[in-house]
Amino acid sequence: MKYEIEYKTIESVAGPLVVVKNVKNASYNEIVRINMSDGESRTGQVLETGEGYAVVQVFGPTNGINIDKTSVTFLGDTFRFGVSEDMFGRIFNGQGKPIDVKASVKYEEKFDVNGEPINPVSRTMPSDFIETGISGIDGLITLVRGQKLPIFSASGLPHNELTAQVAKQATVKGSESFAVVFAAIGITYDDASYFIDEFKKAGSLSRTVAFINLADDPSIERILTPRIALTTAEFLAYQKGYHVLVILNDMTNYAEALRELASAREEVPGRRGYPGYMYTDLASIYERAGIIKGKKGSITQLDVVSMPGDDVTHPIPDLTGYITEGQIFISRDLANRNIYPPINPLGSLSRLMSNGIGPGKTREDHRGVADQLYGAYAKAQDAKNLSSVVGAEALSDADKVYLKFGEEFESRFISQGRDEARTIEETLNIGWDLLSMLKEDDLTRIKREYIEKYYKKASK
Amino acid sequence: MGTIEKIAGPLVVARDMLGSNMYDVVKVGSGKLIGEVIQLKKDKAIIQVYEDTSGLRPGESVVTTGLPLSVELAPGILSKIYDGVQRPLDSIEKISGSFISRGIDVSPLDKKKKWKFVAQAKKGAKVSENSILGYVQETELIKHYIMVPKGVNGTIEKIKEGNFAIEDEIATVKSNGKTISLNMIQKRAVRSPSDFKNKFASAEPLVTGQRVVDTFFPVSKGGTAAVPGPFGSGKTVIQHQLAKYSDADIVVYIGCGERGNEMTEVLVEFPELLDPKTGKPLMERTVLIANTSNMPVAAREASIYTGITIAEYFRDMGYNIALMADSTSRWAEAMREMSARLEEMPGEEAYPAYLPKRLAEFYERAGKVESLNGKIGSITIIGAVSPAGGDISEPVSQGTLRVTKTFWALDQALASSRHFPSINWLTSYSLYLNALHGWYLKNRGEEFPANRRKAMSLLQREGELKDIVQLVGADALPDSERVILEMGRMIREDFLRQSAYDLIDAYTSMEKQHVMLGMILYFGKRAEEAVKQGVPSDKIVTMKVRADISRMKEWKEDTVASQSKKLREEIDSAFNSLIKEEAIAAKNQ
Repeated sequence: MKYEIEYKTIESVAGPLVVVKNVKNASYNEIVRINMSDGESRTGQVLETGEGYAVVQVFGPTNGINIDKTSVTFLGDTFRFGVSEDMFGRIFNGQGKPIDVKASVKYEEKFDVNGEPINPVSRTMPSDFIETGISGIDGLITLVRGQKLPIFSASGLPHNELTAQVAKQATVKGSESFAVVFAAIGITYDDASYFIDEFKKAGSLSRTVAFINLADDPSIERILTPRIALTTAEFLAYQKGYHVLVILNDMTNYAEALRELASAREEVPGRRGYPGYMYTDLASIYERAGIIKGKKGSITQLDVVSMPGDDVTHPIPDLTGYITEGQIFISRDLANRNIYPPINPLGSLSRLMSNGIGPGKTREDHRGVADQLYGAYAKAQDAKNLSSVVGAEALSDADKVYLKFGEEFESRFISQGRDEARTIEETLNIGWDLLSMLKEDDLTRIKREYIEKYYKKASK
Repeated sequence: MGTIEKIAGPLVVARDMLGSNMYDVVKVGSGKLIGEVIQLKKDKAIIQVYEDTSGLRPGESVVTTGLPLSVELAPGILSKIYDGVQRPLDSIEKISGSFISRGIDVSPLDKKKKWKFVAQAKKGAKVSENSILGYVQETELIKHYIMVPKGVNGTIEKIKEGNFAIEDEIATVKSNGKTISLNMIQKRAVRSPSDFKNKFASAEPLVTGQRVVDTFFPVSKGGTAAVPGPFGSGKTVIQHQLAKYSDADIVVYIGCGERGNEMTEVLVEFPELLDPKTGKPLMERTVLIANTSNMPVAAREASIYTGITIAEYFRDMGYNIALMADSTSRWAEAMREMSARLEEMPGEEAYPAYLPKRLAEFYERAGKVESLNGKIGSITIIGAVSPAGGDISEPVSQGTLRVTKTFWALDQALASSRHFPSINWLTSYSLYLNALHGWYLKNRGEEFPANRRKAMSLLQREGELKDIVQLVGADALPDSERVILEMGRMIREDFLRQSAYDLIDAYTSMEKQHVMLGMILYFGKRAEEAVKQGVPSDKIVTMKVRADISRMKEWKEDTVASQSKKLREEIDSAFNSLIKEEAIAAKNQ
């Protein structure tokens, strides 16, 4: 039933919400067009519907809406977004309208932006290693095709550089059918254009679809932006067979828009004012990553989450961490010491790592090396803490070795150039160089046969 | 038939609903979405809908089925994977493809498949609820008993034997002058616990093959355990390990509001993994409920009840069930979401005031019971909790800890140093230790509980000493205390730490656990003696034999006896030569 009905019966406007009365049975989540008196129009969606009324959230500013003159057209359908392969190389706003100079995009098919949940029995377990060329990630927090991995960062840290580097290097390594869907959610013009420039430089813009909602764009639009981006990604992955890397930057701005909307609706607030359903809402975005049986493509998500006050227990990173398959933790301490990329392995995790590494995928010794490096770096931190109390001189010989290991690990393994792409072999070999600083007996997390094969006795 | 008045998310208000009961299942709108009546006000019903309500309009119809939310129970249920309202996900896939669409009406069980029914009850026998009529050998391991459904009381007039589909008549019962035809299906309402005769305290542990659990913090068969932990602390891995290796007859695994890929992992792994006891694929004893985080929130609320009701059904057949709920926090959040939409007065952290009661009601459905037919079975509940920010002072953790008796505290610090399972040995507890003491004595002898006490006090001592080391460094400690530090390290790294990904290490039998801990403590005993005889601790904490102790994990179960004998001899000879060296050195001085 698709029929358009126009109403001139706006009853109230408050924040992003418009109540329309005398509406005959609008459907839940129906899309409306708000017709301004100057001929301009805006988009909205039904949040609540009853006999004779509908509550509409407006994607965009509500200034200029006039109870007397503005009309609302109910379009008889939920929000469907037209997608096609022609979108490559194009730039859209947060509602999916082209903002580059070129003409409009012809769509092949239209999909509901909310998507539908993937049936767990239809999923394939992600197990293809993605080589990002970054040792900290490939060696210790291995990214796997179909995974959703957020980058936990904070203001002033180089998460944009890291995300762009991953996108560029994984693109270069990937097969022909690699695509990037980039969604800027409430970030600054500078940051958004940095990404576009980097993609241009790497020659991958023609494989990229960008959706840009800037910091000064309407915040309610941010509810839509990741969903449009993922709808596009699903089309490219499951209909056209692309391996799509989706970058959502920054999910904190999304969550704040969600809170803004919830408070406008006078809902009971949960932790720190965020709505109680934020977990479910975030899941409806993050869970759209994955691989589906019998389909060629895949969706991998890198989600930037900036932690307010560097606090990982803040609801946004907290709920994100419960849904995503690990996290890459950016450390202010490392960044302050000029280590790039400042990935702190101790707070980081890739839950799908075990599926994507090992013989035939990376190398037989990968698991053991990763575990041992983690363990040794953790010990190095203990030694460092101890030395700040008792002084480096008072440390035992064993602790001194670990202290040295920690420094070398940061400067040789974690640290690398902004354009440097290391193979997994190189990464693991650096790992063995470092592990060979330790005593052979201390390598309890590596199988003996691999120690015999890779441990560098001579270098001691 | 009623009419929709208002829609807000999963909540629908309908009028003209007189005649429907509280908690009736209703079909909502032209798409026949499944919903449940959760409030009645005069002729109005407030309905929670288990599917996405996008596109639904006021004015559409609501039809009540007149029945409460129920599960259908009959042969064919094992190794199935269901959503939160018992729709098989593989059947949904056949209808709607890789994505789950709405309004799909599928039968929970295969109604065509024929099962060989073996009668056990005799004609003329008196039967009532849950009396056993006979069984179907559903898998090699599980006899699926066919029980008389609730409400039927009388004498068997006729009982058949042979191959039947689950809807075929297998028996008739004369009850109050009427003849009732019975097939193999039982329907049970999910929100009310099933009746039983007696409940007892259990004196037998659920053996899980996980060293930290079985040796230090066991849960009894019929007991309850809570596993709270921040993200990344390994809750799901522990739940998976228990589902794989615990010695329950049947495992019900509820993936409640968690990741889709985790359920896929279970689906891929379980059919390939063999039960260490029986050698049969694990899937044959498993029922999965998967309502992932992106599936409708109201069905997530129902998934816990669906799972526990299936568990009770098998319990009534005399089986030991292990039920994993991962995660109960998502269930509580689903309640919170529905409560907020109902505009109920919020309690702590906006959870409804009835949250603790719901949690208690759920965990009270665990236990070892004598069912109405006299069989004895049990349900063990292991509930994961995902506290916000990892802080267990929040309502779900607290409500859970009040009603569960084993607490496995997952620790972020351990997880980030890759100590898994990250169960903190100093804050966790099991209140079943006394009840299970007899079992341990009988099965493992007096040494086992003594070893546990010894190891626990060493770990506590180590914890205290570590605080001192943080201030002054290990070198400042006397030799005897440095040995304690080393012992603590060995217990932690060589015993408590266990890899879920290593095929041998993933499961350790009670016998091997006994040997491993015994070996470490034996090393400790010899070390203590050596220190007394003047051997400096530096020499002890660098002994080569330590590496062999750390590799006990790699021992195959069938070689434990021979390897342990050898290792014990090695320890002895290593210490003997240390002591001898020391004696010679002392003489020479």
